[in-house]
Amino acid sequence: MSSIGTGYDLSVTTFSPDGRVFQIEYAAKAVDNSGTVIGIKCKDGIVLGVEKLITSKMMLPGSNRRIHSVHRHSGMAVAGLAADGRQIVARAKSEATSYESTYGEAIPVKELAQRVANYVHLCTLYWWLRPFGCGVILGGYDRDGPQLYMVEPSGISYRYFGAAIGKGKQAAKTEVEKLKLSEMTCREGIIEVAKIIYKVHDEGKDKAFELEMSWVCEESKRQHEKVPEVLLEEAKVAARLALEEMDAD
Amino acid sequence: MDLSLNDEHSMGTTIIGVTYDGGVVLGADSRTSTGMYVANRASDKITQLTDNVYVCRSGSAADSQIVSDYVRYFLHQHTIQLGQPATVKVAANLVRLVAYNNKNMLQTGLIVGGWDKYEGGKIYGIPLGGTIVEQPFAIGGSGSSYLYGFFDQAWKEGMTKDEAEQLVVKAVSLAIARDGASGGVVRTVIINADGVTRNFYPGDSLQLWHEELEPQNSLLDILNTPSPEPMNF
Repeated sequence: MSSIGTGYDLSVTTFSPDGRVFQIEYAAKAVDNSGTVIGIKCKDGIVLGVEKLITSKMMLPGSNRRIHSVHRHSGMAVAGLAADGRQIVARAKSEATSYESTYGEAIPVKELAQRVANYVHLCTLYWWLRPFGCGVILGGYDRDGPQLYMVEPSGISYRYFGAAIGKGKQAAKTEVEKLKLSEMTCREGIIEVAKIIYKVHDEGKDKAFELEMSWVCEESKRQHEKVPEVLLEEAKVAARLALEEMDAD
Repeated sequence: MDLSLNDEHSMGTTIIGVTYDGGVVLGADSRTSTGMYVANRASDKITQLTDNVYVCRSGSAADSQIVSDYVRYFLHQHTIQLGQPATVKVAANLVRLVAYNNKNMLQTGLIVGGWDKYEGGKIYGIPLGGTIVEQPFAIGGSGSSYLYGFFDQAWKEGMTKDEAEQLVVKAVSLAIARDGASGGVVRTVIINADGVTRNFYPGDSLQLWHEELEPQNSLLDILNTPSPEPMNF
């Protein structure tokens, strides 16, 4: 799994003798150290959720957004180095508007994911650039229905039913696999995502966290938006309840 | 009499695109003129952009050909990138971009028509200057001036494929009768979910309109021809 690549890990343009590029693997570690990010594809849309770790009591709630709208119909949740994430979001927004200017229609989510992945990969090809230290979960709703993609620092991009990155990704993935996503609506999905994030949050190691969620579904008229306050509160209450029940056992 | 044989090739033209319940019908005449001389009396003004999208060309022959060539090239790349056929809207937008960005140099009016699985049959008119307008039917070229009133009266929503094609053939034929820069044969292209069908109507198979005399073998036959009949629908 993890090993020190002495001598072969100084540059992203160097392969190790066993065929690995260590700089990219180290970039992935930066993502693993960040708060958990989850995305799920329900039958009528996508739900994205972020465990936003609060580093200081002085921070204003609602600031330092981790979920961004890339276009009317799609949004991105970032994990890892926040500043790197901002660059990727900016690039995705620019790709989306330039596609629409040229082709006269909203960029298909698949195409957007490919362009973001290409851009991330670009930065793994030159010695004078460092790889992006962040992973991205991209969710959107176009004429082919709702779609969820994940882009890693290596530039790999796959389409998923459910995806998780960050600290609690292993536990989160296990929980997501238990869900029957093809029968779930986004309303139900919001509750489930909140429950999972509360569950994988490590009270011991990290202190407070803020839950940030967004969706794009039939209910939101296929636009990417923050989950409405009312529903967000409902989800938080349900998640806390589920946690207490678990603890009571 | 000056035939201006060294003028630029121009397609005076009548071009038409019509949507029907399930697809589109594109139609055009076949005359290409250089000044007063008919350079090509059987040209094909309906050009393919992709498997499912065609364009009717009018105005300068060279300009419209070059625009079609560029758009065909861009669309091909787009199809490969996307992994599925391009939509009619995308094709029309690419035509519009070329027409608008080069408006000072080009003189061509185009009608883009086709079928895709998301929107069905669609027609887009792209006149001089590079505006793009989605319409249930579009007419263009010098011969179209004579068809505005005709379409106001004869066009209706939800026609069948045969009704739409007959409407197009009739309209082109009426325009040919009145417009000196249109003539020759009528070509149609029908595009729908099942694919593409090309049809050809030779000039002499077209109905004769008001005041057009019957063909005569001898001047003496004038004495025997009946008076022309009033126009029927």
